[in-house]
Amino acid sequence: MSELTDRPSDDPYRRGTGEVVISARDLRIWYGTERGPVRAVDGVSFDLRAGETLGLVGESGCGKSTLGRGLLGLLPDGSKMDGTLQYRGEDILAMPARRRHDLRGTDLAMIFQEPLTRLNPLMRISEHFEEALNTHAPNLGRDQRRSRSLAILRTIGIPPTRYRSYPHEFSGGMRQRLMIALALVLEPAFVVADEPTTALDVLVEAQIIGILHDLRREIDTALLLITHNLGIVAEACNRVAVMYAGEIVELGEAAQVFRAPQHPYTRELLRSTISLSTTGLNFIPGAPPDLAAPPSGCRFHPRCPTAMRICPTRTPRMLPTTAGSLAACWLHQGGDELPAGAREPLERQEISVAEEA
Amino acid sequence: MPKKPEVVAEPQTLIDIDDVSVHFQLRGGSLSRLLGRDTGSVRAVDGVTIKLATGEVLGLVGESGSGKTTLGRSLLGLVQPTSGRIVYDGADIVGLSERQLRPLRTRLQMVFQDPNAALNPAMTIAEQVGHPLTIHKLASRGDVRQRVGEALERVGLAPVERFLDKYPSDLSGGQKQRAVLARAIITGPTLLVADEPISMLDMSVRAKILQLMIDLRASLNLTYVYITHDLASAKFFCDRVAIMYLGRVVEIGPTAEIFADPKHPYTKALLAAIPDPDPDRAVPRDLPRGEIPDAAEPPTGCSFHPRCPAAFELCGWERRDLKALLERHWASVPPEEYERERQLVGDIDGLDEPGGPAVVQPGRASSARDMNVLVQRLQGAAPDDPFWRGVRDIREVGSGVEVQFEDGHDPRLRPSGGVDVACHLY
Repeated sequence: MSELTDRPSDDPYRRGTGEVVISARDLRIWYGTERGPVRAVDGVSFDLRAGETLGLVGESGCGKSTLGRGLLGLLPDGSKMDGTLQYRGEDILAMPARRRHDLRGTDLAMIFQEPLTRLNPLMRISEHFEEALNTHAPNLGRDQRRSRSLAILRTIGIPPTRYRSYPHEFSGGMRQRLMIALALVLEPAFVVADEPTTALDVLVEAQIIGILHDLRREIDTALLLITHNLGIVAEACNRVAVMYAGEIVELGEAAQVFRAPQHPYTRELLRSTISLSTTGLNFIPGAPPDLAAPPSGCRFHPRCPTAMRICPTRTPRMLPTTAGSLAACWLHQGGDELPAGAREPLERQEISVAEEA
Repeated sequence: MPKKPEVVAEPQTLIDIDDVSVHFQLRGGSLSRLLGRDTGSVRAVDGVTIKLATGEVLGLVGESGSGKTTLGRSLLGLVQPTSGRIVYDGADIVGLSERQLRPLRTRLQMVFQDPNAALNPAMTIAEQVGHPLTIHKLASRGDVRQRVGEALERVGLAPVERFLDKYPSDLSGGQKQRAVLARAIITGPTLLVADEPISMLDMSVRAKILQLMIDLRASLNLTYVYITHDLASAKFFCDRVAIMYLGRVVEIGPTAEIFADPKHPYTKALLAAIPDPDPDRAVPRDLPRGEIPDAAEPPTGCSFHPRCPAAFELCGWERRDLKALLERHWASVPPEEYERERQLVGDIDGLDEPGGPAVVQPGRASSARDMNVLVQRLQGAAPDDPFWRGVRDIREVGSGVEVQFEDGHDPRLRPSGGVDVACHLY
């Protein structure tokens, strides 16, 4: 803990108050493929504090899910993780596998997308909770296990009369609530929710978002919410990280970022979202790059409407912007140090549909 | 002198959907099948009447289980309605055989939700986009490739040489959906039924495909039936929107009016539920509770009443609502209180049957009096719950306490301020 708080205060990622639960610095994850290493996550840094919800957004193939799984140590074989990752000051990457295993469930948890494939159809809901608590909190007595399960079900809005039901007796939204309850019953300090509402109907989705929003106040869990839906982030998260091609390109308060997006990718992503106030359709030309051979310099430059000459040649760093968020974009940095002509618009060919996502 | 043709105020009707129902028979258990017992049916579509005008974009909007997809499929004869008429080009297509339907299929086409499932992974793009021409014998073998090229160009898959001999696995999600659209338009259809065509796609691609559909509408004079759960894209794309719930149309009207002044509580709820990236919009607080109910045994009266925040006497209250109220109550009280109250009440599974009145049986160690006290306490705990508006009387009967409900009615679609809405409030 002391090591974390003693970091120099000029660390742009270390802001705000509250205990830092997860701290990632220059985190890299890559997969080995026939074409060479695919850098799915490439130098990602952020802090997540107790009681905070961080939304992770971006197009498919930007490394969101890989990052989420990597944080919990759930990567498939053939992948490698490097950089610094600390859980409450403890280095996760350096700790023995046994210790990491013990942390999962009790301290680190995951809410998955498809509740039906994650719940055992032959087990009652009560048995799911019994199993989770028996495995991870063996000291609890029978009555304690029951009352803890019922308490969390109540928070999540499932009537206690259904405690002994089987998964198939629940509707889709109820099952997703059960998944959340199962992840939270051990009161983990850090939870990753990977697209928790994608398979749900609009009204049920809104109910689940409401639950996640309320949970923030009731329990001190740090939540990483992975989604491609910017509306969900705006409603359920305090902070947002925008990911593009394996990198976080903008990080800041959700309200601030959505009101005044600083990175062109964030801006274009917001503009291309169809909402009730949409009066014209906008889209980002092209597709996210192949991560085995990403573009030089700023990875967004081939699709960026405001790309400059500097963009393909030098990679921008994550720096504070005047709006308050951190962004990696030459529009906001460099000042006079840049060579002459660096801010001239970049000349390039138009992107055809052939390259689109 | 020939008479001047009268100016037609009404746009020309392309398809007349007249009181169409699609009921699926439930199989039931082997015993009930053996005994020929009635196993009930799911009313996927229940008496829908819509006139689809040539050139319009009609949105069918609702949650899963609302019957929107079944209705869309029945327009193409992919599902046979159990009653009603679907008149296309002066003829009823309900009950036509597959052979009779086939010539119509060149003019009525469908775009499916999942482009990965809609394309055959073993066929090249040229083969599958040209397949309808071969099936319907619309072009000679030599012409097919040229027609495919034209269709691909129209949907933006250009230069076509790059795509003709590719397999679906070589294409991105957006490109696959373009190929699906190319296959749908190659026979020169008048109607496209598009079932959630953009919901499987990445946010940044949705706008592109929607724009393509708008462009195709203009260049090919298409009429669309756009099936979606997403009101935001429906608002942008559709001329007219029909909101569906449990097989019924609950509100239908011009898009502008529905969005400016939503009438049905369900429409209002759907609108409030859309997550909006605008940070100044607060999280909606009073969302309808629960989920779309079982269509095999829909709620009595208005099917939306158990979830409706504005429900009142007429809406069709019944036993199952009391059970839901009990469960809501128990989910909100501390566990000890639940344990105590649960002991008081006997079997509550009897409340699962549709209809009224509801009789709550006491548990082993309690009396009808205790039940009465419990029901009073329920009312005290949630006096504003719409449920109590539908309760006529609560009285102790021999074995327990009986809750009697007001008589409910099933609301019918009625015109109200520019739209048609099925709700007792209007």
